[in-house]
Amino acid sequence: MGLSYSFTVKENVLVVRLAGELDHHEAENLRETWKEKLYTQPIKHVLLNMEAVTFMDSSGLGVILGRYKEVLQLGGEFVVCSVSPMIGKIFEMSGLFKIIRQEENELKALMTLGVAS
Amino acid sequence: MRNRMYLEIASISENESFARVAVGAFISQLNPTMDELMEVKTVVSEVVTNSIIHGYNEEPNHTIEISCQLYDGEFDLIITDYGKGIEDIEMAREPMYTSKPELERSGMGFTIIENFMDSVEIESSVGKGTSIHMTKMLSSKKTKVVHE
Ligand SMILES: Nc1ncnc2c1ncn2[C@@H]1O[C@H](COP(=O)(O)OP(=O)(O)OP(=O)(O)O)[C@@H](O)[C@H]1O
Ligand SMILES: [Mg+2]
Repeated sequence: MGLSYSFTVKENVLVVRLAGELDHHEAENLRETWKEKLYTQPIKHVLLNMEAVTFMDSSGLGVILGRYKEVLQLGGEFVVCSVSPMIGKIFEMSGLFKIIRQEENELKALMTLGVAS
Repeated sequence: MRNRMYLEIASISENESFARVAVGAFISQLNPTMDELMEVKTVVSEVVTNSIIHGYNEEPNHTIEISCQLYDGEFDLIITDYGKGIEDIEMAREPMYTSKPELERSGMGFTIIENFMDSVEIESSVGKGTSIHMTKMLSSKKTKVVHE
């Protein structure tokens, strides 16, 4: 199964799309790639699209919280979209939704970040 | 229905997905709901990951034991490692507590485990290892009655 991911830049927003299973085994590589993408381009905001994520545990929370802190330092906003009910439950119980804004889908989320499609 | 399964795996991160898929397949014979299946898989992933990261400090040559029992719709899960053990179990259970913040751990593992299982008992002794005993009632019995 594993995890695959793609990074796209739309204006000053880094769009991160994940697909598959995000666990401790996959977290390390994702973290490395994500950090590189974040700091080698003029990025302000991050939009994380969780639509194709079929599994996530606390290792995923750690990676997301880590990048959230980095985006705050850049003076930007971290937005997450297309979260499944099960992963939503995990976000909820960890208090993640209190600090990270959630949008229904990528298009809406991009609009709120000022990106015209 | 009564059934049991025992699995012994090496402490490598590749086995995290293997362990949760294997346990998921084992409980599938009771026709759990999709939510129950995902909850159990998440819990297996949490506990096995804890053994690998905290119990064994990510050293690959150690053993993790997973023992499952099904009895009348109740699922019994015991996961054991022979690693470094937990000094303060109360503190370990606290939401947001992690002994490895430098690894970007969020300290939410036990909180998720307790939310997704009906009961969670932690037995641990420093230098000897940790054994987590969990139970969960699966709703399949109810569903079966409805279908018949
Ligand atoms: N098998 C284990 N052996 C030794 N210590 C453990 C074990 N499992 C948990 N612990 C201790 O309990 C603490 C809390 O565990 P918990 O899973 O809640 O958080 P975490 O693993 O640190 O972070 P997260 O699960 O969010 O990535 C750990 O930081 C660790 O100190
Ligand atoms: Mg953990």
